[in-house]
Amino acid sequence: MLCPTPSMSVKSLRGLLLSPLALLGGCHLVLLNPAGDVARQQSDIMIITTLIIALIIVPVLIAIGVIAWRYRASNRQARYDAKWDHSPQLELVVWAAPLLIIIAVGAMSWIGTHRTDPYRPLDRIGPNTRVDTATQPLIVDVVSMRWKWLFFYPQYGIATVNELAAPVDRPIHFRLTSSDMMDAFFVPDLAGMIYTMPGMQTRLHAVINAPGKYKGMSANYSGAGFTDMRFWFYGMDQKDFDAWVARVRAEGSKLDRTAYDQLHKPERAVPVQYYSEFTPDLYSRILNRCVDPGQICIDQQMARNAGHAMTMPPNATHDGTATAIPAAPSAAIRTAAPAKH
Amino acid sequence: MSSHPANWNFLTGRFTLDSLPFLNPDLEGRIVLVTLIVVAVVGLAILGAITKYKKWGYLWKEWFTSVDHKKLGIMYMILATVMLLRGFSDAVMMRSQQAVAFGSNMGYLPPEHYDQIFSAHGAIMIFFVGMAYIVGLMNYVMPLQIGSRDVAFPFLNNMSFWFTFWGAIMFMVSLFVGDFSTAGWLGYPPVTELAHSPGVGVDYYIWGLQLAGVGTLLTGINFVVTLIKMRAPGMSLMKMPMFSWTTLATSGLIIATFPVLTATLLLLTMDRYLGTHFFTAGFGGNVMLYINLIWVWGHPEVYILILPLFGVFSEIVATFSRKPLFGYASMVYATLAIMILSYLVWLHHFFTMGSGASVNSFFSLTTMIISIPTGAKIFNWLFTMYRGRVSFSVPMLWTMGFLFTFTIGGMTGVMLSVAPADFLLHNSLFLIAHFHNVIIGGVVFGIFAAINYWFPKAFGFRLDEFWGKVSFWGWQLGFWFAFGPLYVMGLMGVTRRLSHFDDPSLQKWFIIAAFGAFLIAIGILAFIIQIYVSIRRRKEYAVGNDPWDGRTLEWATSSPPPAYNFAFIPRVHERDAWWDMKTHGYKRPLEGFNNVHMPSNTATGVVIGVLSFVCTFALVWYIWWLAAVSFVGLIAYAIFHTFNYHREEHIPAEEVRQFEHTGNWSPETQGATA
Amino acid sequence: MNTTVADTYGSAPTDFYCAKEPPAHNGTLIGFWIYLMSDCFVFAALFVSYAVLGTSYAGGPTGAEVLDLPGLAVNTALLLISSVTFGFAMLQMQKRNKAGMLMWLAVAGLLAACFVGLEIHEFLGMIAEGAGPDRSAFLSAFFTLVGTHGLHVTVGCLWLIVLMVQVGRFGINEANVRRLQCLSMFWHFLDLVWVGVFSYVYLVGVLV
Repeated sequence: MLCPTPSMSVKSLRGLLLSPLALLGGCHLVLLNPAGDVARQQSDIMIITTLIIALIIVPVLIAIGVIAWRYRASNRQARYDAKWDHSPQLELVVWAAPLLIIIAVGAMSWIGTHRTDPYRPLDRIGPNTRVDTATQPLIVDVVSMRWKWLFFYPQYGIATVNELAAPVDRPIHFRLTSSDMMDAFFVPDLAGMIYTMPGMQTRLHAVINAPGKYKGMSANYSGAGFTDMRFWFYGMDQKDFDAWVARVRAEGSKLDRTAYDQLHKPERAVPVQYYSEFTPDLYSRILNRCVDPGQICIDQQMARNAGHAMTMPPNATHDGTATAIPAAPSAAIRTAAPAKH
Repeated sequence: MSSHPANWNFLTGRFTLDSLPFLNPDLEGRIVLVTLIVVAVVGLAILGAITKYKKWGYLWKEWFTSVDHKKLGIMYMILATVMLLRGFSDAVMMRSQQAVAFGSNMGYLPPEHYDQIFSAHGAIMIFFVGMAYIVGLMNYVMPLQIGSRDVAFPFLNNMSFWFTFWGAIMFMVSLFVGDFSTAGWLGYPPVTELAHSPGVGVDYYIWGLQLAGVGTLLTGINFVVTLIKMRAPGMSLMKMPMFSWTTLATSGLIIATFPVLTATLLLLTMDRYLGTHFFTAGFGGNVMLYINLIWVWGHPEVYILILPLFGVFSEIVATFSRKPLFGYASMVYATLAIMILSYLVWLHHFFTMGSGASVNSFFSLTTMIISIPTGAKIFNWLFTMYRGRVSFSVPMLWTMGFLFTFTIGGMTGVMLSVAPADFLLHNSLFLIAHFHNVIIGGVVFGIFAAINYWFPKAFGFRLDEFWGKVSFWGWQLGFWFAFGPLYVMGLMGVTRRLSHFDDPSLQKWFIIAAFGAFLIAIGILAFIIQIYVSIRRRKEYAVGNDPWDGRTLEWATSSPPPAYNFAFIPRVHERDAWWDMKTHGYKRPLEGFNNVHMPSNTATGVVIGVLSFVCTFALVWYIWWLAAVSFVGLIAYAIFHTFNYHREEHIPAEEVRQFEHTGNWSPETQGATA
Repeated sequence: MNTTVADTYGSAPTDFYCAKEPPAHNGTLIGFWIYLMSDCFVFAALFVSYAVLGTSYAGGPTGAEVLDLPGLAVNTALLLISSVTFGFAMLQMQKRNKAGMLMWLAVAGLLAACFVGLEIHEFLGMIAEGAGPDRSAFLSAFFTLVGTHGLHVTVGCLWLIVLMVQVGRFGINEANVRRLQCLSMFWHFLDLVWVGVFSYVYLVGVLV
């Protein structure tokens, strides 16, 4: 892919790190130089923390070599102290030095984890660019299937298989689930990955800042067809995106229950498919595992259990846009906190 | 009971001739067939040789039924070495597949086969190579280090070995009868649910791990009681050698985590055999539960593997620097801190599950905090060398390799622990490179260091230096060639477990990685040659009881030690007890011996192991009658065993006296230090 | 340890560094206790599963609909009394009264067997009503947690029978005393686990 010029505060750091690696591999190191703002923030954190850790690792590596050489048995000049086995001052250093490094790295991780939390709606689309409050984020409902990706665009009434497109600089709000397996939605240029799981919904907020064709994939093993579970993600300017939507509308067929049942069959290396319209509550039914009539939807089941302590909040709490979407599931199930507490 | 497949019959369950992959005429079938022929030829040659030289009785009496911790330790080491060859063959197949499978070339392994290979590789390397090696080392060395004659429960020790052994056999059988799981080393559902893996593969995986897991749990209990109850007089906890300390920490972790593995696999078993819904996609099942539970075991597991090797390096650095270990107390506290913290980090294996920023931050921090005591350990090893007289024999060479490689692995580990970075790096080849960096650089290097260090103790002759160095450089260079490219490709956004690639620009990296695997193969081959050459030259390489001028009690007895380890139990006054004894002119006593009470050998471990294997094998194939019969047999035999109240015998004082004077249990040794 | 090292060497360095006999030890009781602690982790994992899945009814029955509180009261009473009678047996053991001990052991075993019997009866009833372990994740977790406890009690009963035979044949010897002490720990441990099961699964499940 392209190799855009870094334009940020960590530009020099990035250059420092990239130059030796670039000699090795051209400029394919996407994780050090991604095209989307969220991935870029994550990448910045990775680079800065690595350099902080290097502050202690590099001296240690040098010290290993120096001490081993200096105190080799054949070097009789070196001081030999057969009884020297503790020193309170040194031991203080031994514990304090890694502690200081970890305080620095930990603080970065803490702030960065909150700032790039995939559930957090974007407040910026670039280092110095706030989100325009008038802009509606692009909503994409994602379903990982054996072994393909199904993308719903509820705002446009279209759906695609194994092809994803988004306008440049417009925040994207992914809501993700899976039909059967557990996968991970990953576009390295766009943002870090997020798991997709059946009967549960995860979220991802991201933005792409440059037009281009980017790799997307499942990053979590889900069976025999997993290797081919790839797709292209296109960053487009608004004009191209509108044309793309029009093309999907023109070329696509209808995604109803019959078509979905067909799509639900396990397949490998599935070609791109377009759907000009879809049954409005299809995503919600996939999420709530009630595509077949007669199955009880999980959200209804949970509403029936209401009053029990385990019941999830009825809708995403920090996500004001959800209610505006016609196909929004009535119970957005946020993945639970770790089971053991 | 879940419904039976169409081809089920009462007598052989779901086994038919179609279950034998080597009867298939396709390429996969041919690969398995060739493997089977090689295994059969080698196996028959070994069995034939044992029969020809009439060694069956010897093996049975002296080894299989032995409750001697030293012999069990050696058997674990042999098992682990054999399984290393198996696990490494899997690695070679993966590396070669990934080096060729580009564009229109699909490689020689279809996904169904490739997926079995990476699953088997991971599970075997952890359970039957790493675990078997460290349990073998702890078994051999720990009782000697604490001046004990055996472990607390010698019979249980024998049984643990056989559970581990038959767990390994379960994995090996899956190669030739049926197939293996395709779900990765941790067997995540939904892939492992019956709906998605209806075959026998996952069942082989489950039952193999259950057998090995029970064996490991019993070992953990055994070692903790040994360390609490059987230390030599005077050896307070803070005088215990570092390796014994790490054995205690590891055993404690085993006790606290392996039951979780057992329970988790039990729930998966229920899903597959009884149609329950713990982890199914429908009926309220929750796959996140499995992932949390398996990592509650899985993360401490990697510390279970590495901690004993931290102990090994502590012993080696001190011995070869001719100085006491620097900062012993802080090493102990660091070990305990790691032990406790390892329980609080499991969620970092799935930051990307969407648990929320606060949860992720917490686990990100706990993970980083672990690097503090680990870093302190690295410094302490450095300061042990500082003002020392460091001689670079093979064990020390491995230790140096460890210090370099592991430190870098620790750095990439901290990178991964930063949750935002992990969102990018998770499940990428960077992650693969990282954990091989710490497991090869830490665990494997540690094991080879330990083998080179304690081999003279176990056999009375040292290992060949030249081939030892070849082995070291093969591994060391091979590691960087094999995993350096994976680090780079991880940063290129390449993820794990792929059997085919479209992007031709990646191929050069995979070819370099395959070359690295070739170098590691040289390292492994050199290790085997090293053993062979050393056995051939055992007279030339014979050494005294204390070839490295050691510091701890295992060097106080003969090499190899007699069955009873110590004719007189040492009294401990200082931390480096044997160093203290040597420097104060200790002479090994030659009179005044008493009868030594030792536990009797028993066939119970062998019988229970075999019956457990038959029972679980029958369960894999749905042969219910056989499972029932062998289970009843198992219980009955166990009860029968409890009616035996005479489990001790004694070695007469006269025999002990003779041993101590002539050392005739091993004529090649040069006798006592006296 | 007032003597300095040097003094002691002067006289008898060998004795200074050598003990005649290994320290007397028997690790069985502490070993078994550690085993019980590890068993706690098995139950912890099952409790966690129940905590996570306890309301995943999947359209099936809820706890309040299927769980039988009066039956629970009887069951709990049986198990608690069984623990008490086991305690009586251990008192008789200390007095080396074989007949009395065997009698109390038999009572403890019978009560535990009744507990297992009632539990199997409850399970079969639920399965017959269509509330088996394959109905929903809640029921899977319920059957597994309660069933694993029941399985432990069954193993305890089998062990008890074997030990009664052994005491009958070989008397109250040192090995048998040790075994009885282990079984006693096991017995009381299962009681404790049951307290957890009935408070968490039954009472919380039915009353909340």
